[in-house]
Amino acid sequence: MTVRIGSGAGFAGDRIDPAVDLARRAALDDLVLECLAERTIALGQQRRLADPGAGHDPRLHARLAPLLPVALDTGTRVLTNMGAANPPAAGYIVRRMLDDAGSTATVGVVTGDDVLDALDLDAPALEDARPLRAHGEIVSANAYLGADAIAPALEAGAQVVVTGRVADPSLFLAPLAQRLGWAPDDVDAAAAGTLVGHLLECAGQLTGGYAADPGRLDVPDLARLGFPFADVAADGTATYGKLDGTGGRLDRHTVREQLLYEVTDPSGYVTPDVLLDLRGVRVDATGPDRVRVHGARGRPRPERLKVTVGYDAGSRVEAEISYAGPGADARGRLAADVVATRLAGLPVTPRIEVLGGPADARLRVAARGDDPAVLEVVGHEVEALYTNGPAGGGGVRVHHAPVLGVLSTFIPRDAVRPRTRILEAVGAAA
Amino acid sequence: MQLHDLAHCRAGDKGTVATLTVVPHDDASYDDLVRVLTADRVRAHLDPWIGGEVVRHELPLISVLQFVCSGVRGGGVTVSTALDTHGKSLSSRLLALELEDVSAARAASRPA
Repeated sequence: MTVRIGSGAGFAGDRIDPAVDLARRAALDDLVLECLAERTIALGQQRRLADPGAGHDPRLHARLAPLLPVALDTGTRVLTNMGAANPPAAGYIVRRMLDDAGSTATVGVVTGDDVLDALDLDAPALEDARPLRAHGEIVSANAYLGADAIAPALEAGAQVVVTGRVADPSLFLAPLAQRLGWAPDDVDAAAAGTLVGHLLECAGQLTGGYAADPGRLDVPDLARLGFPFADVAADGTATYGKLDGTGGRLDRHTVREQLLYEVTDPSGYVTPDVLLDLRGVRVDATGPDRVRVHGARGRPRPERLKVTVGYDAGSRVEAEISYAGPGADARGRLAADVVATRLAGLPVTPRIEVLGGPADARLRVAARGDDPAVLEVVGHEVEALYTNGPAGGGGVRVHHAPVLGVLSTFIPRDAVRPRTRILEAVGAAA
Repeated sequence: MQLHDLAHCRAGDKGTVATLTVVPHDDASYDDLVRVLTADRVRAHLDPWIGGEVVRHELPLISVLQFVCSGVRGGGVTVSTALDTHGKSLSSRLLALELEDVSAARAASRPA
């Protein structure tokens, strides 16, 4: 017996149609949509503070509207972290979509990742050992939940599962463990399932997305990149593939690039579920766009959970101007000198750089700070280069945006209480 | 020759740490890369962008070298003022590394 699990989104801005294609044609058991980056949840928390019904992924409806009818039709279970900072609100939106479609499928909502109230803000940040609160106003704190937080929703029969912050691979491990009967203390099984999640979580990055380099690593039909799925056996061996007729390539090159993606220690990639040892992993091509991966080993899960903490890091200004033709780079450097002179003495240290080549140069000035008036001066000095700077400057853009910083810390596992809510169809028996 | 002639690369980011996964186009180049693509050499090449330590992990079963680079200059993805806040382009920066001491025969064996 194998379980077929697909990857329908690798980040919040991912395409929508490849997931629909997978749900329609791949005979999937489960489809996972991973849409939550480190900072996304802090941004969601800010939206939730302004509107209690917001804070989930803003594309939730757009992404699920074309997908859910197909997934319901083919019996594909859907798991997603698009709940972001407000999984209950996302759950109700999904419930309403199912009700409108006349579906009695149940929705599982996983919460408990928000640990802002339980967190010691005097604890040191992992990044610089300074207390968390010393960095700025803390706006969010979310623990990375594991597969054990998702399991109750699956056991309850949810066909759509909505979470907030969970470790990305846990979205894949949980359904695999449930279907393949893996015991929670089977560390090698947890490692195998985590590896499946790690390889699939970035969707198109396994099938040739983010890899194309013309003449060196050519990717066929990149414009119609297909997303990957895996056939996972009970012993943890997984064979990866993509749908016929889709673009991209899935081979030892794309799989190995993704295998180590964001891995800082190949002997112990830490998730809430397991320490994954990749050193014995083997990657073998078994056919066109088919790759078999096996050999992951596990060690017991950590006692503490990682927490991602969002803080108000002020604002950022980015201001640019272009110079073209002969001597463009020299004029760009002169513009940089002018701006540096004009901004000397300001209480921020702007980054000033000339990008591009000899005949097409773009001055870029960027600064981050807490005082909007100071950042306004930075942008204004670049704009003023129009009539006060070198010859032929054009294309000024000045962009101001708030900055949310992200820090990490740990929290004891027993301080985190995952919860599951099952949302049944209107009129369904409780 | 450049590293670009022998390998492809993917960058990842974890806060102020960048990971760089180097995969040879031909597994036969792996031993050459192990010999010449040292952590010190990568650290020196990436000095404009990396301020901390570079650690190399060897994965001989799959012919991959993994570089873990600490101290990304500018403070990491969320607060950096760099254009490429994630450091995604570090992979291509690394591929510009000049390699003089790998045999030309090895390079010529790279499949088209």
